[in-house]
Amino acid sequence: MATVTAPTTATDPRPGRRPTRRRRGDGRAAALFLAPWFLGLGLITAGPMVASLYLSFTDYDLLQAPSWIGFENYERMFADPRLLDSLQVTFTYVFVSVPLQLAAALGLALLLDKGLRGLAFYRSVYYLPSLLGGSVAIAILWRQVFGADGLVNQVLAFFGIQGQGWVSHPDYALGTLVVLNVWTFGAPMVIFLAGLRQIPAMYYEAASIDGAGRLRRFWSITVPLLTPIIFFNLVLQLINAFQSFTQAFVVSGGTGGPADSTMFYTLYLYLKGFGSFEMGYASAMAWFLLLIVGGMTLVNFLASKYWVFYDD
Amino acid sequence: MTDTTTDAPTGAASRTAAGHGPAASHPAPDVPPSAVRRRRSRARAGTVIRHVLLVLFGLIMLYPLLWMLVSSFKPSALIFREPGLIPSDIDLSNYTEGWNALLHPFSHYLVNSAVVVLGSVLGNLVACSLAAYAFARLEFRGRKVWFAIMLMTIMLPIHVVIVPQYILFSSLSWINTFLPLIVPKILATDAFFIFLMVQFFRGIPRELDEAARLDGCGHGRIYARIMMPLALPALATTAIFTFIWTWNDFFSQLIFLTKPDMYTVPVALRTFVDSTGQSSWGAMFAMSIVSLVPVFLVFLFGQKYLVKGIATTGIK
Repeated sequence: MATVTAPTTATDPRPGRRPTRRRRGDGRAAALFLAPWFLGLGLITAGPMVASLYLSFTDYDLLQAPSWIGFENYERMFADPRLLDSLQVTFTYVFVSVPLQLAAALGLALLLDKGLRGLAFYRSVYYLPSLLGGSVAIAILWRQVFGADGLVNQVLAFFGIQGQGWVSHPDYALGTLVVLNVWTFGAPMVIFLAGLRQIPAMYYEAASIDGAGRLRRFWSITVPLLTPIIFFNLVLQLINAFQSFTQAFVVSGGTGGPADSTMFYTLYLYLKGFGSFEMGYASAMAWFLLLIVGGMTLVNFLASKYWVFYDD
Repeated sequence: MTDTTTDAPTGAASRTAAGHGPAASHPAPDVPPSAVRRRRSRARAGTVIRHVLLVLFGLIMLYPLLWMLVSSFKPSALIFREPGLIPSDIDLSNYTEGWNALLHPFSHYLVNSAVVVLGSVLGNLVACSLAAYAFARLEFRGRKVWFAIMLMTIMLPIHVVIVPQYILFSSLSWINTFLPLIVPKILATDAFFIFLMVQFFRGIPRELDEAARLDGCGHGRIYARIMMPLALPALATTAIFTFIWTWNDFFSQLIFLTKPDMYTVPVALRTFVDSTGQSSWGAMFAMSIVSLVPVFLVFLFGQKYLVKGIATTGIK
């Protein structure tokens, strides 16, 4: 019956702004179309989220039933020197590699803009690493390239410089992961390129007629109009970088070493949860991660009011 | 810069010059000192410099990859002595050795990965497009709220849900099966793709489905006969990204697959590092190259959709 009535109500001419609801709604159809998603939300996303919040207040090792211990996991976290170290490692990694990566992305996008010949070719070359960068294969490559007898040291030796085992030195291991993340600047670069193309050429023409130089045009037209894209890339890459796992895991052989210098927060979480099966503690860590990432994103959005420029 | 943007003939000239590389910068001194010509050659030189820089930088970027490819054909001992790209000795023994170095031949892990990827791609295509149709075209109570929730789940770190998921899947005896990796996709948990498709569906003229409704089509047929065929580019983007992300995914495969029988390529590669250590870099490189080939092929043939996909979701 519903299927018969629906089309007749739909014959109402579409009013530009409907004062009342056009039809009673497609509730039943929506329920069907959204059924998989609702199930997923309940069983895979939101349900587990709530469950992990509960588990974070318990002691649980998968074998015995979880026992409620209140805030003990959280208290333990802030007294856990390895966890605090892992936070420091992660923050260093995120706040060094993301700005460098975005600077590289923006720089190359600016070089590539302006109808350069072979744009598509260059774009592909620079984009390829961001597709491969997250794989185990590339992490293995990195282990060799920055190893004691690796490619980097071979090249350095060619210039008469004595290198060292970069991945096995606590002062440099994290640096090799930063380099790896910067290497994957292609994805934000493609987004910058698309953004640059959105800037109307007439702005530049008008500014040129008014006598604005190249630098002036860059700072007064390109940068302000690109701030929404910079903001988008920043939010996305910060969130991604915080969750980096594979590279640190493979490069350090699953240990976060040497001397915990590549112990990312997510790696420590993995070792706690799936190495020693401290599921309660791992859940508390996961929720703390959510707070950090969420808080950072919120700060980003609040701060954006002061520097992101929206044209319309 | 001014010259190339404001003055069309100059731009064209510099473009033709670009192909000839450094030669273009030489004629400058012999040219009679007419102002126009000088400006032109300066613009040309600028373009040439730009190309030289871009090529050099691209080479540095890709050098490690090319070197790994070349090294995979070298005896292990040479990998640590030859930073160059031209091998002094080529053999395929790394590939035969690497293929059989683990418990199963490497093809076993390739097949496992292929199963996971195939299931994930199909799951995402169907489930995400269904959800996207509802968000883009249907009127229902709380649509805005659900949509906002959906957007928030894009940002949700997997670490927050992985522990309860593990408990759930192990209580279902799903650990060491591919179900924990595929079923979430069938349940549209990759919300990023819902968002991508909602954006695309919104760009399809409403007149088309209104007309179909007048002809008596229900939502099921509008979805299947009108939206899906028109949304092919968005579906292609979804399929390609799902392929690459699932193929490369390590974290969840490491957690849910612990039996060597069930290992996928990334998990198998990782045990390679553990079990063989420093001795067989050649074999490890060879299998790394094998693991990158499918991603590279998808990149090669799907570039158009990749770039478009990033650009459109990036802008909005």
